Amino acid sequence: MTYLADVAALARKDLKVELRARDTLPAMLLFVLSTLVIFHFALPSDTGDDAAYGLLWVAIVFTALLGLARAWVPEHEHGVLDGLVLAPCDRSAIWLGKTLATLAFLLAAQAVALPAFTLFFAPLSATALVAVVLVDIGICAVGSLLAAMAAAGRARELLLPLLLLPLAIPLVVGGVGAAISPEGERYLLLLALYDGIFAVLSWASFEYVVTE
Amino acid sequence: MGLAIVLSLFVAPEDADQGVSQRIFYIHVPIALTAYFCFGLGAWKALLLLWRGSERYDLESYVAIHQGTIFGSLTLITGAIWAKASWGVWWTWSSNQLVLFLVLFLFYCAYFMLRFSLEEGPRRARSSAVYALFGVVLIPVSFLAIRLAEDFIHPTVFTREGPQMTATMFAAFCVTWAAVTLLAYVLYRVELVGKRLDADLRELREALR
Repeated sequence: MTYLADVAALARKDLKVELRARDTLPAMLLFVLSTLVIFHFALPSDTGDDAAYGLLWVAIVFTALLGLARAWVPEHEHGVLDGLVLAPCDRSAIWLGKTLATLAFLLAAQAVALPAFTLFFAPLSATALVAVVLVDIGICAVGSLLAAMAAAGRARELLLPLLLLPLAIPLVVGGVGAAISPEGERYLLLLALYDGIFAVLSWASFEYVVTE
Repeated sequence: MGLAIVLSLFVAPEDADQGVSQRIFYIHVPIALTAYFCFGLGAWKALLLLWRGSERYDLESYVAIHQGTIFGSLTLITGAIWAKASWGVWWTWSSNQLVLFLVLFLFYCAYFMLRFSLEEGPRRARSSAVYALFGVVLIPVSFLAIRLAEDFIHPTVFTREGPQMTATMFAAFCVTWAAVTLLAYVLYRVELVGKRLDADLRELREALR
């Protein structure tokens, strides 16, 4: 029970910081909306809905990247991470707290972006909505670990997209498949499998990444 | 060892009489399998590093992945040549194996970026080890994803008859495979020795200063 309490406290801390500073979420919102407008001009007028569905996933992945790049910045600027690592709690709780907080930001950004997508381009099916949630979980789980890794490096903003994009390819495949394929459930299965495997892997390996 | 490699590389293709383009199969497939093997070895050493915490696994894991990336790029090149010869294009997205290799190639290039951007030390060793483990998990997951992706990117699935191998062809294939694996192993040892010498030298220099 204390584990869950730690996680909740850490996630709440991130949300509170965001509520006061308002750094990340407005940026993500603005970014995803401008991306959708760019897509409108990038797609010739006679391309079908399928192309728009494909680009939606590009927008989602890049928005997540934007949020993740900021994820560990407050910790690093004030040396909080060292304190957290020394704190008498399981280190994986730090990862889980960060993942939940980032997930909350991403879902909040999409609560605006997806209706906008429906308005501008094409309606989304229920399968596609489930796929969005599954992709969000996967990308936040892997991304918050990789962002912690990249934050220790010299070129941290540069490094994160390089590390994350190859790992995000199965997620994009699953998302696009769920949105446009008539049998989208198979792709949901792939996404769920990805989430399960990589969440466990990130959860188990986070400790190695942050300890000296 | 060198003799075995030379023999297999020059003698084995003689056995093939399926046209020139088919001969690259003897080079391409063993190289690809060896690259997978190197990535697997790198991940295994990475796991050992995380488990036992011994510094030497870091170098071994790095060298194995380095070799894997070299063989991976060779696979991409030979694959492109083969595709040009038999399908008439340098690149085709319908070949699952090639796409998978491209994904892996990008992934392991990112691995090197990660390594070169972190400060040397146990933390870098562990971060790279974790990333190497991610890579080996990514292989089956992306393979599955690419398989699935095929039916919306290419509605008509590109079918290709699997090479029906005769005994001699199979023997040639096995010899090249063994030779390439041996080559990879030798390169792995050589690079490892070189890198260790380098590290020792640096330590000595520090000590003398």
